Amino acid sequence: MRGDLLLPRAKPERMSTATTSFIDRRIVVDWLGIAPFMIFALMFLIIPTLYLVTGAFFTPDGEFTFKNIVDLFTPSIMSAYWISIRVSVASALGGAVIGFFLAWAIVLGGVPAWVRSGLLTFSGVASNFAGVPLAFAFLATLGRTGLVTVLLRDWLGFNLYSTGFNILSFFGLTITYMFFQIPLMVLILTPALDGMKREWREASEILGASTWQYWRMVALPILWPSLMGTTLLLFANAFGAIATAYALTGSSLNIVPILLYAQIRGDVLHNANLGYALALGMIVITGISNILYIWLRTRAERWQK
Amino acid sequence: MKTSKILAWIAIAIGLIYFFVPLIGTFEFSLRMRRGEYSLDAYQSVFSDMQFRETFGFSMLMALFTIIFGMLLVVPTAYWVRLRLPQMRPVVEFITLMPLVIPAIVIVFGYLRLYNSSSWLPFTGSTQGTNALLVLSYITLSLPYMYRSVDTAMRAIDVRTLTEAAEILGAKWPTIMFRCIFPNVMSGVLSGAFITFAIVMGEFTMAALLNRPAFGPYLQLVGANKAYEPSALAIIAFAVTWLSMGLIQLVSRFSKLAPSRP
Repeated sequence: MRGDLLLPRAKPERMSTATTSFIDRRIVVDWLGIAPFMIFALMFLIIPTLYLVTGAFFTPDGEFTFKNIVDLFTPSIMSAYWISIRVSVASALGGAVIGFFLAWAIVLGGVPAWVRSGLLTFSGVASNFAGVPLAFAFLATLGRTGLVTVLLRDWLGFNLYSTGFNILSFFGLTITYMFFQIPLMVLILTPALDGMKREWREASEILGASTWQYWRMVALPILWPSLMGTTLLLFANAFGAIATAYALTGSSLNIVPILLYAQIRGDVLHNANLGYALALGMIVITGISNILYIWLRTRAERWQK
Repeated sequence: MKTSKILAWIAIAIGLIYFFVPLIGTFEFSLRMRRGEYSLDAYQSVFSDMQFRETFGFSMLMALFTIIFGMLLVVPTAYWVRLRLPQMRPVVEFITLMPLVIPAIVIVFGYLRLYNSSSWLPFTGSTQGTNALLVLSYITLSLPYMYRSVDTAMRAIDVRTLTEAAEILGAKWPTIMFRCIFPNVMSGVLSGAFITFAIVMGEFTMAALLNRPAFGPYLQLVGANKAYEPSALAIIAFAVTWLSMGLIQLVSRFSKLAPSRP
């Protein structure tokens, strides 16, 4: 390693010239180099988050309490968390299944190379196409006068809205979220599928395994950390999203980010510290799923060496 | 083999339907403004709206500042970590990934509590201060993408040798930074810049809660009040995202053609 060679060689020289200073000047300079970044991260990422996290454990008068956390378990707040979790789980699972089959199709399905590069490029765009415009797109497609709704009615005589379907609902939000969940899954899973070695398939075939046996006993056990990990990432991705839901449903669908948005705007919970607890709950849920994701990814990488 | 190919095409067909039907639906809807025939009236209405131009311009300006200041923060940090503090790499990488874990709405909630007009650092006390806070929040949001793309570009060049060579030739650190390092990681800087642009242009949460007239809140406002314009705006927003991603592809292809190895 070049880096290891350079440091010991440079250090003694500096030591002899800077004996007057108590601390090695070089070390100070080294740490000053990332000081701007560290100060930025502290001020605009870490301290604001810690402020909310600690605020969740205090009363407005500054006394330590667990009451805010306990208050999270009231029915109205719990139902917000519950619907958020359900939307996130459903869109993550849906995105994961469809995304997996798409990734499988372009890697192992034997389709032409241009299909693969085209789909990957499009996934890069679609995974970043979220927020308010995505809500507009689905309203224009599956809303009451949307293209699909109208075509189904005029051509097939099928009234989508008479089945109880509504784009401004749990199901509507889920399929809208899947528009960015599927491409994200494709983008993350394609390299994992590329890493599947041809020899594994050949070895299992020589040993007499069927395609089904190969997938069940070789491929899926290797892939499952990637699959699970990415699904968790999709879950966290959906859980923190607000713009799409807000533009799609206004405040009619009571998910956690929308509740928090209303709380920040107008203190609808009538307790600022309960608002902090609400934020803490979000951090805990996205945090746990991300930690699991990182852990699963390190497991997945064992096979990609 | 035959069945797997058929299954593959079925999967791709489902994907295509999922991706393209909403886009076609949106486009068709955006043309419906004039009764009984297709027209571009909705687009005309959008483009002639003063608020559209103002908010679009405002978001572009914010994106520009985010990219400039974000890169001035990220490139030297990534460089320094590679050169002098490799032991800090995991820590810095972890911090850059934190904005993916902590939802944007939580981060901005913290800002509003810490930097309100009655605090020790009253960012939100003035318009300029709030704009600055908005740019800082966008830098935070795009940190994972900027750091990743710059660090990937830096992996391809030998930072240490470049620095030594420049030092031997008598270069001071601004020269090293802006005439050696920046040009060599330009592909990473540019792809990070384009993805930041795409994120900032559509961002809603930060701008809405900081009460700034950005494009995201404007989109939401139009969506709540008009019928056909939102579809036209969605098509425009999609075009902006598509353009940013296309430019990233172009940059990466260009940098592959002309590798700038020392």
